[in-house]
Amino acid sequence: MFHLIGVSKTYDSHVALQPTTLRIEPRQTTVFIGPSGCGKSTLLRLMVGLIQPDAGSVEFDNTPLNKGNLLPSRQRMGYVIQDGGLFPHLTARQNVTLAAHYLRYPVTKINSRVQELTDLTHLESTRLQLFPAELSGGQRQRVSLMRALMLDPAVLLLDEPLGALDPMIRRTLQIDLKAIFKKLAKTVVLVTHDLREAVFFADTIVLLRDGKIVQQGPPQDLLNKPADPFVTEFVNAQRDPIEVLDA
Amino acid sequence: MRNRICVSALTLLVLVSCVSAADTVRVGSKVFTESIILGDIATQVINDAGIPADHKRQLGGTRIPWEALLRGEIDIYPEYTGTISQEILASKQPMSEAQIRETLAQRGIRMTRSLGFNDTYAIGMRRDVAVKYHINSISDLAMHPELRLGFSNEFMDRADCWRSLRPAYHLPQTDVKGLDHDLAYKALQTGSIDATDVYSTDAKIKSLNLAVLIDDLHHFPEYNAVYLYRADVQARFPKAVAAIERMESQINESEMVDLNARVELQKLPESKVAAEFLQHKFGINSAALDAVDSRTTRIIARTREHLFMVAISLVSAIIVAIPLGIVAAKRPRLGQIILAIASIIYTIPSLALLVFLIPIFGITGYLPAIVALFLYSLLPMIRNTHAGLIEIPRGIRESAEALGLPPRTRLRLIELPLASGAILSGIKTAAVINVATATLGALIGAGGYGQPILTGIRLSSTPLVLEGAIPAALLALIVQGIFELSERFVVPRGLRLKAESAGL
Repeated sequence: MFHLIGVSKTYDSHVALQPTTLRIEPRQTTVFIGPSGCGKSTLLRLMVGLIQPDAGSVEFDNTPLNKGNLLPSRQRMGYVIQDGGLFPHLTARQNVTLAAHYLRYPVTKINSRVQELTDLTHLESTRLQLFPAELSGGQRQRVSLMRALMLDPAVLLLDEPLGALDPMIRRTLQIDLKAIFKKLAKTVVLVTHDLREAVFFADTIVLLRDGKIVQQGPPQDLLNKPADPFVTEFVNAQRDPIEVLDA
Repeated sequence: MRNRICVSALTLLVLVSCVSAADTVRVGSKVFTESIILGDIATQVINDAGIPADHKRQLGGTRIPWEALLRGEIDIYPEYTGTISQEILASKQPMSEAQIRETLAQRGIRMTRSLGFNDTYAIGMRRDVAVKYHINSISDLAMHPELRLGFSNEFMDRADCWRSLRPAYHLPQTDVKGLDHDLAYKALQTGSIDATDVYSTDAKIKSLNLAVLIDDLHHFPEYNAVYLYRADVQARFPKAVAAIERMESQINESEMVDLNARVELQKLPESKVAAEFLQHKFGINSAALDAVDSRTTRIIARTREHLFMVAISLVSAIIVAIPLGIVAAKRPRLGQIILAIASIIYTIPSLALLVFLIPIFGITGYLPAIVALFLYSLLPMIRNTHAGLIEIPRGIRESAEALGLPPRTRLRLIELPLASGAILSGIKTAAVINVATATLGALIGAGGYGQPILTGIRLSSTPLVLEGAIPAALLALIVQGIFELSERFVVPRGLRLKAESAGL
């Protein structure tokens, strides 16, 4: 779905991403993981075209992203960020339907799509009339997800979507999200720093460190066949509390 | 749509500048009582001759009405021969009336003959003291070295005053001090000095019953009052020239003292004093004679002028500043330049700004005032628009981008609504500043609340100052209130919710 070829990104003197080549398989959930500043968000932002690579190119659906095709390409991507990125001056419903209205979708189509998504994301439909400031963190993320899915995009890109939620709500949303991913069977790319979340969602995990991919493969490989001592270190750093007690 | 608003704002500005129609004689005056009375007299006699005349009163010092006359923004104004030769023509030697007339003619300006009085420096004494010592002329002072003299600081400093008067008359007095002009009158009254400098048509001569000593050696230059008018007035309105020439040699010194006193001491309006003089002396019944000039009608007129200046300048500034603020936010380098220029303009003192604008936009009327207000409004609006836009959190800006909306749509649907609170408060700041600064419009004849303030200062009348200051303060409060109310309509509800919850 995505093919990143030799992309790199430097901010001032800080290397955010070293030359990296990566292929994102369609209809799979790929998770980028790694410590803070490892380049996982940079990678995702390059894919949405929010930043441009210093070198290399990003192909989306076999076409290189450029200024000319950026807007229509983005309409085929859904993007969700940590605190939802909802527009505070619009109601939840207006947030969800903004792009569809801009593209002049017929009202009946918009209404039925909103209904579908409300059911899919388990949002109480009365919440749709509220402003973001009146919603809880979990509700905001559900609305943000609805907004991302409104145009029925080919891919869903999520940058730490559950990072700001408390653990219990986070757990509920994780379960809901996984069900949604399974149902939609879309290409999903998710960024997280939580190994458990990564393992929970991923078909493929991409572990990054210092702007470089350390290991890439199914979750089991990360645990059983670490490519590097850092991988083991990273895995051990996030051990289960029960395991800690047992040890 | 945006272009149309720009065009209509420009048209409005042009219209404003053309308000003074070509079929009216425009009379000017300087910012002191005598000049305004003479301006009113000219206006009323021209009106009486059947020609519409309009008085642009108190146009600052000598430079402003003179420049306005040269540029054809006014047609006539009263001046003094001494001022013409020394200040306007900057002549080192005294000039004869014929020489002055000839020099002025080269610049397309004509001068009437003297109106009948010479408003020069003079020495005034308490009448009882003058009688006691038998003093009639300045020469007589030389015989009384014990007299105590107190002069205004200007009189002490000027080359043609005390510094040359003393050797010219061989004045022997040793007790000579410089003091404030108003204090000199008080000192004279209480007897702590015996003589001081006065203007020969000073209203105080009458109110304090002073004896004016004769300048028997003709030391002081002559400041004969005349009207200056543009040569083209003769062709356009021959009757108007005839009407003001009718005033030649018709006002003597004591009559002028009396007219000044009626304004400064009895606090009558200049136009009324002028009308009564014309009726008494020439049987002219001017409309100003029975014009009811109630405080309410005055305040309403001033309010209209003030609102006009504020509204036009504010609307044009909104049209220009918001796009500039957007550009500044979108292009940081250009933005720094825009903000720097707006800041520099903002720091120019308002009087200096008016002086800069006069050569470009003319001297009298609304235009320079409106342009100055417009320029002052730019900074708060540009800065707030810029700040409102760049303070939008990155996550929200990027979410809009990631939705695939083009930049213009993002600006319209997301960024401007989010910045609306900041933009509105920029407009509010500019509006309040405008209401206060518009009082300066009175300096160049644009009227507004500044006019009673200016007149009040001139006549040291607190009620008149308050007549301008109180409505100006009220208007500022009302404007502020209106903008605060309008926040409910302009700023989206979702944002106000956020502000409320943040306040908890």
